[in-house]
Amino acid sequence: MDDALFKAIADPTRRAILDELHAKDGQTLFELCKRLITRHGIESSRQAISQHLAVLEEAGLVTTRRDGRYKFHDLDLTPMRMILERWPIPKE
Amino acid sequence: MRINLTSVLVDDQDKALSFYTDVLGFEKKTEIPLGEHRWLTVVSPADPDGVELVLEPDAHPAAAPFKQALVEDGIPYTSFAVEDVQAEYERLRDHGVRFTQEPLDMGGITTAVLDDTCGNLIQLASPS
Repeated sequence: MDDALFKAIADPTRRAILDELHAKDGQTLFELCKRLITRHGIESSRQAISQHLAVLEEAGLVTTRRDGRYKFHDLDLTPMRMILERWPIPKE
Repeated sequence: MRINLTSVLVDDQDKALSFYTDVLGFEKKTEIPLGEHRWLTVVSPADPDGVELVLEPDAHPAAAPFKQALVEDGIPYTSFAVEDVQAEYERLRDHGVRFTQEPLDMGGITTAVLDDTCGNLIQLASPS
């Protein structure tokens, strides 16, 4: 699980995906791809973004939700807690 | 050569006519019975002699999986121009229209994506 998390956040495109889902939850693949192009200049193919999402999903950072015929992606930052639990930041 | 028609594949022509006229605001242009289905088109009241949108039956077996795949990924089948996406979004949302993408400023152009209730997503676009 740790490895999956660190692998997931090691890639700049995947961090951009997290940025955009952090800005707005519940996005379709289409909306995410548009946001990545216009706000990050990331012109990866839809298939490539889909694969990045699968890596993020494996790490537990992204969940997919089916709503009728649509599929939406949501952010889940819970796995990040592990980092602070493992290396707590000392209080000043 | 010029483009005078474009089409959307709809699962029910009556439902489509109702949505595209009563909800979106187009007007019926032609309706010609053709056996089980009809040649059915709508136009924009702002341009009644302009491009016609054909409400085409999606009866071909390849149509359903194609449409489903687009909808699942949130990909609009086509795009319509409006004066102000935000205003249209609010008007249509209040009519109960389902949006899969709220208005999004893409630097120069604002878009939103709605469900036409006939198996398609439609993008609305206006200059930002």
